[in-house]
Amino acid sequence: MNIQVDNLNLWYGDFHALINVNAAFTEKQITAIIGPSGCGKSTLLRTFNRMNDLIEGVRTSGQILIDNENIFGPETDLVTLRKKVGMVFQRPNPFPLSIYENIAFGLKIHSSVNRNMLDEAVQLSLQQVDLWDELKDKLKKSAFSLSLEQRQRLCIARLIAVKPEVLLMDEPCSALDPQATARIEELMRELKRNYTIIIVTHNMQQAARVSDETGFMLLGELIEFGKTEEIFTTPKDKRTEDYITGRYG
Amino acid sequence: MVSSKKTEKIAFFLLFLATLLIVVPVGLIVVIIIKKGIGAISWQFLSDIPRQGMRAGGILPAIVGTIYLVLGALIFALPIGLLAAIYLSEYAKDNYLTRIIKLAIVNLAGVPSVVYGLFGLAIFVVFFKFGTSILSGSLTLGIMILPVIITTSREALESVPYSFREASLSLGASKWQTIRHIVLPNAIPGILTGAILGIGRAAGETAPILFTVAAFYLPQMPKSIFDQAMALPYHLYVISTQVPNVDEKIRYGTALVLLFLVLFMNLIAIIIRYQFRKQKKW
Repeated sequence: MNIQVDNLNLWYGDFHALINVNAAFTEKQITAIIGPSGCGKSTLLRTFNRMNDLIEGVRTSGQILIDNENIFGPETDLVTLRKKVGMVFQRPNPFPLSIYENIAFGLKIHSSVNRNMLDEAVQLSLQQVDLWDELKDKLKKSAFSLSLEQRQRLCIARLIAVKPEVLLMDEPCSALDPQATARIEELMRELKRNYTIIIVTHNMQQAARVSDETGFMLLGELIEFGKTEEIFTTPKDKRTEDYITGRYG
Repeated sequence: MVSSKKTEKIAFFLLFLATLLIVVPVGLIVVIIIKKGIGAISWQFLSDIPRQGMRAGGILPAIVGTIYLVLGALIFALPIGLLAAIYLSEYAKDNYLTRIIKLAIVNLAGVPSVVYGLFGLAIFVVFFKFGTSILSGSLTLGIMILPVIITTSREALESVPYSFREASLSLGASKWQTIRHIVLPNAIPGILTGAILGIGRAAGETAPILFTVAAFYLPQMPKSIFDQAMALPYHLYVISTQVPNVDEKIRYGTALVLLFLVLFMNLIAIIIRYQFRKQKKW
């Protein structure tokens, strides 16, 4: 599903955090948003599932079309939107429940499901994140008994269980060591066959490794957006070049 | 110039001493009451009605009355307090009304207990015509422990990590589903702490029940919530000041029973809380 961002502006109170952002995200590929801390990349990511709504004093203008529907429109249902556009957070945040219950949670709140359907969905979701083989015998154990990498995979599985179409990832590897990071990146490549992925990272190498397209943000503006190879080899904007060559950031 | 090592030692000693001082009165109260009261404790003391002008016999009606009052107070205060706490911590915006509500709770906590007694007399006994009854007494005690329950419940709810709520909402759960399935289960231990504090206060206070429920001498069990009842703290007051020639043993025995009744009810709450904490894994 394509995502179209038109003239998006966002204010936290008086602070203009996103300035005239225009971009188009292509379905079933990975788009990375890079930029220095405080550039607004996480804020942009959080507009796609309207998580910014939780903060008091946030105003937006412009529109974001997902499935040709403006998500700021009055008929947008947040439950439907967030089912469709799921999010993986910076720190793995499983619920303090068992592994099984973590994945079952989303299904249970959205529909009445029986035990068999749950079992099946749990297995399928865990298989998709390559956790099934290691965890199939300890589904009753607490999610907090897992390693950080397993927890992050579990969070992705929890998300996949509600059948989203878009996965938003907010620095999903920043709490992980390099090997775990590499394995999660591998997982992302597998997942993009079925999902549209947008990842925020301030690890430029990660963006270069996993993404098909990249957007570079600075001080609330989307400076440049295009094919990842082009952004990293022949950036058009001087500021992009300065950032990727490590002049600041 | 005193060396930093020395000041460190002095500071440690003073802090330790202050902490130790807290233990002394608690220990002394328990020791004295047990020592002077244990002689009165017998099966008859716990299971019989008071006899010979409360100078002999048992204190069963007062035990039963106190249990009824504490349970009654919790039945009223726990749901209302919890719902109010959920509203305040999860829904209320920081505006004028919210600040007034919070101020009211703080002030409610500061009202002297005898004022609650008079309030209960005016409202429940007279205005609502519940009479001097277990219902009036429970309601009065319930209002008295509301602030404790609201405050501890709010703290418990607010201590549930924000990331849990965020995760739940991002999965498309509604705010209420998030509260119901994620926030509340994780806040239960803290909420029970509020209930424990409430139990202790409701069981021990004399003034609020003085005009609303307590009977001076009523050698039978209450039959309905509209009956008067004896209660341990008031009974203790009566046999200590109003009835001449009550054996010291009986007075301390009554205090001992009150003490252990509160400890016992707290123990139940603590065990429940422990069961919930065992499941909590962060």
